[in-house]
Amino acid sequence: MIAAGFNRAQWGYAVLVVVGLAAPFYVYPVFAMNVLCLALFASAFNLLLGYSGLLSFGHAAFLGAGGYVTLEVIRAWRLPIELAIIVGTVVAVLLGIIFGALAIRRSGIYFAMITLGFAQVVYFLVLQMPWTGGEDGLQGVSRGKLLGIVNLQGNLAMYYFVYAVFLAGFWIIHRTIHSPFGHVLRAIRENEPRAISLGYDVDRYKLLAFVISAGLSGLAGSMKALVVQSANLSDVHWHRSGAVVLMTLLGGMGTTLGPSVGALIVAALENYLASYGSWIAVITGGVFIACVLAFRRGIVGEIRALVKRSF
Amino acid sequence: MIQALSGQLLVGLINGSFYALLSLGLAIIFGLLDVVNFAHGAQYMLGAFVAWMAMQYLGINYWSALILVPLAVGVLGMVFEQLVLRRLYGLDPLYGLLLTFGLALVLEGIFQNAFGISGKSYPVPDLLQGGTNLGFMFLPRYRMWVVVVSIAVCFGCWFMIERTRLGAYLRAGTENPVLLQAFGVNVPLIRALTYGFGVALAAFAGVMAAPIYQVTPLMGSGVIMVVFAVVVIGGMGSIAGSIITGLGLGLIEGLTKFFYAPASDVVVFVVMALVLLARPAGLFGRQL
Repeated sequence: MIAAGFNRAQWGYAVLVVVGLAAPFYVYPVFAMNVLCLALFASAFNLLLGYSGLLSFGHAAFLGAGGYVTLEVIRAWRLPIELAIIVGTVVAVLLGIIFGALAIRRSGIYFAMITLGFAQVVYFLVLQMPWTGGEDGLQGVSRGKLLGIVNLQGNLAMYYFVYAVFLAGFWIIHRTIHSPFGHVLRAIRENEPRAISLGYDVDRYKLLAFVISAGLSGLAGSMKALVVQSANLSDVHWHRSGAVVLMTLLGGMGTTLGPSVGALIVAALENYLASYGSWIAVITGGVFIACVLAFRRGIVGEIRALVKRSF
Repeated sequence: MIQALSGQLLVGLINGSFYALLSLGLAIIFGLLDVVNFAHGAQYMLGAFVAWMAMQYLGINYWSALILVPLAVGVLGMVFEQLVLRRLYGLDPLYGLLLTFGLALVLEGIFQNAFGISGKSYPVPDLLQGGTNLGFMFLPRYRMWVVVVSIAVCFGCWFMIERTRLGAYLRAGTENPVLLQAFGVNVPLIRALTYGFGVALAAFAGVMAAPIYQVTPLMGSGVIMVVFAVVVIGGMGSIAGSIITGLGLGLIEGLTKFFYAPASDVVVFVVMALVLLARPAGLFGRQL
């Protein structure tokens, strides 16, 4: 039974990998890359919300920090793209260590409020620091060449690079969730006092989950900034933190694929509604309310429940 | 020098009054409903905007608005509680946070569509124009009024909750709603009234703020973040605690504006980090 289920899941993943490989020939590559970056971002976020039960309302800080730092080290230090991505990710990891160590001292809704506050600090820093370009953000940074060989200025080459990074990130998350570490995280989510009484150092587990999530969000931010070759204030704004919550909730928190599905829907929504300006906020808010009221398991969660019921 | 310093301290005191009013409403709602009302900032904006619209289109003056607007917005809040929020009781409090976050986005989006992002100005009422020269600084009468009224309202709330029968129901409901209901008290009604009251407080703060700040659709979202930090610092367990923390942080913000202005936007969050290091449960709170 378990073996059969595993095979089915593997088949499902194989189909998705092929779909991803073919995607740039059927949809606009920049849109597809954007979806992949947001999907990685939401999956990293889900590691925290879905598997550890920690609602961070400040994940835009990591996404934005990764993006800004990556572009800046390319522009100012002329670092090659691979190194720039690593630097961006490392900065997000460091931020994650600082914010995480402080935020996990409180739980539940306080955790959400604290992360929101720290993300505001990052927002104001980005707004005021001399190198971030204030309201304009950073623009017109060249993608350069991967390992000095592959020219990434073409969208197709860039797409496959982003896709490879996405798969690597997704694999890390998948491995984390299905490792003993991931099981302890779920135990903490379900019953923290019990996990403590079983001898687990709960704070260390939470912090590590937070840092992994922050680092991968930073990686997603680095990639996203390279895709559009710019970073601006909307990347660190709390609307972005809210959007990643929505992606995860809509797709299904605590499911492997849910956040990616949510990212696809939210990105499509933002893309098609771009001309309607601030109606986006109204619609996003409405979807939020509908999700919380009507289907808290999200799309993938509902489908999974449906499949379970019918077999 | 002393003039600039006392000027910033006054601004800080005024901001602090609003933080106190708003964090008080949040604490009251959270106490009974277990809901962190993310829409609190949007409801504060709603108060200011409804007052502005009432003056613009209906000719309702400041003094009537001060009573009517909180009532109207509070009733809207009760309708929202009855139709929507009620369905989430008993679930993880995170869902309440997400739901009201959605509501905040909807409210802000609607007003942004209708009025754009530019600010509307609301005139200071005639009776409170002008001010007093204290020698070392000029004290505008309206600002003095805001500080005095906010503190009076805060202490009125404290008195109502700690010293009256209704307040006793409220505290009992916070402690054990099931038992309170068994004693024949209509807990769902009290919940609706509590949410309405908390929202009305936010709208009241909004009307008070209208003549001082620009009335804009986004005026609430910046404030609510600071108020959340105030709540983390003070803890939501104590009414007096949230009042003191609100005023204190307003003053700290004012001082920062005087000594190093660029840091004034983040100083509250820095204090929050320090408090988390030293007293993780908050200054007045119990660990939750």
